[in-house]
Parts: sequence; C-alpha cells; structure tokens
Amino acid sequence: MDALLFMIFAAIAVVCGISLVIQKHPISSALSLIGVMAALAALYLLLGGEFIAAAQLIVYAGAIMVLFVFVIMLLNAGTEKRGRRMLANYADLPILLLFLGIVAAFIANRMPPTEQVIFGNFKGGTALDIGRALFTTYLLPFEVTSILILIAILGAIVLARKEID
Amino acid sequence: MPPLPNLPSSVPITWYLMLSAILFTLGVAGFLFRRNIITVFMSIELMLNAVNLSFVTFSYKLKQVDGHIFSFFVMVVAAAEAAVGLAIILTVFKNRQTLQIDDVSSLKN
Repeated sequence: MDALLFMIFAAIAVVCGISLVIQKHPISSALSLIGVMAALAALYLLLGGEFIAAAQLIVYAGAIMVLFVFVIMLLNAGTEKRGRRMLANYADLPILLLFLGIVAAFIANRMPPTEQVIFGNFKGGTALDIGRALFTTYLLPFEVTSILILIAILGAIVLARKEID
Repeated sequence: MPPLPNLPSSVPITWYLMLSAILFTLGVAGFLFRRNIITVFMSIELMLNAVNLSFVTFSYKLKQVDGHIFSFFVMVVAAAEAAVGLAIILTVFKNRQTLQIDDVSSLKN
C-alpha cells in the first residue's frame, strides 16, 4: 500500500513538474506547481511529517501560490515570447542530465538500498515534537526568522508602493 | 480480484531521494530555459520544494525531528522571498512594461 501511494504521488509530482517547465502560459505553470506541492504534502505524510505536510499545504499551496496567481492576474501576463537564444539554451540540457546522473549514482552508492520507508515507523513529526524542538533547541533561529519576515514585509512595501511627491 | 503481482509493500529511502533529485533538476531546467520572469521564479520555488523533500526524508532515516525544523525554516524563507521577489517583479513591470527576462538587461556589459 505504501509503495502504491508513493508511486501515485511521485508520478503526480514529476508530471506536474514537467508541466511547469513546458507550459507556455504562467497561470498553467502556477497550477502545475500547486499540483507538485500537494503531491509532496502527501509524501511528507508517508514519511511521518504530519506538521510539515499541513504547513506545506497551508503556507506553500495556500499562501505563496495565491500570491503568485494574484501577481500573474494583476500583470495580465500572457503567453511568453520565444527568445532569440533558444538553441544556445538547450545546450545546457546534457549538462543537466549529467548532473542528475551523478546525483543518482551518488545516492545509489551511499545509501543502503535495503532500508525501507514504512508508514508509522517514525512518529516524531507531530506538532508537539516540532513545537518542542522549535522553542528549545532552535529558539534563536526561530526568533531571527521573525526579524527576517519583518524585513521582508518592509522591503515589499518599499518596493511596491507608489511614489508620492 | 487476484492480488497484484510483485507489488512491494514499501519503497526504499533512495527512491524518495531520487524523486527529490528529479524535481530539483526540473527546477533548474525551468530556471535556465524559461524566459518569463514569473515562471523563472516559480522554478526556484520548485527547487526549494525538492530540497524540502530531501530534508524530510533524512529526518525519517535518522529518526530525528531536526529535518522537519529545517524544512520549516526553508518554507519561511521561501515566503519572505516570494513577497520581496513579487514586489520586485511588480516594480520591473511598472518601469518597463515587460516580463521577459531578455528585455531586462540593463546590468549587462
């Protein structure tokens, strides 16, 4: 059952990822990205990350993607024009495949292939455990994060405001 | 209905890491090949998501919660990045009336 679920959601993630790259219209790419994020949330659940799966759906597929779709609609972004440098760009494709091959070989080499992912084997990903780690071991990074978000808010306001003389 | 032949009941950890690598490569491909500034930005989000999958997978392997915390921080940084990046895109569009990255090249040369 675990294997079947992994296959289904991994297939959804990869197909939506390919669709993100090859779709011409930005809104289609955005919808594909939502598909990837939802599939990844299901995979997090299989890996025992309850909290992170919920956060993935709420923060990524909810908040961030709404922001993206909002900007696409606001700017009325249409189908993208083909650039002049198309041929030169596709020269990067073999390098990418080589990169993927090297990473795959490295993973296959270094990780024990016998170790299986079994649903329910790891129960340390609940909101209780995350909260405990976040407010004890990782308290300082967590507080710094709030400053980062404050700076991001200020930066976004300063960048996007209308100039008032 | 007969049982499905040879369907394993669970998958190796390496498959999750392979999926993460594939998604990351797709993100890099989108970043390199696409010419629309919003799609390029979405490809970056795809790369961040792929890395998150790796973090959660290693968290499972080591039976520790730290990977989830890092994944959480990556999400926070992605949210901040999306807010600032989209504000930059709005400003670029306001000044140049274009979303093609080939047309925004005043820093070149």
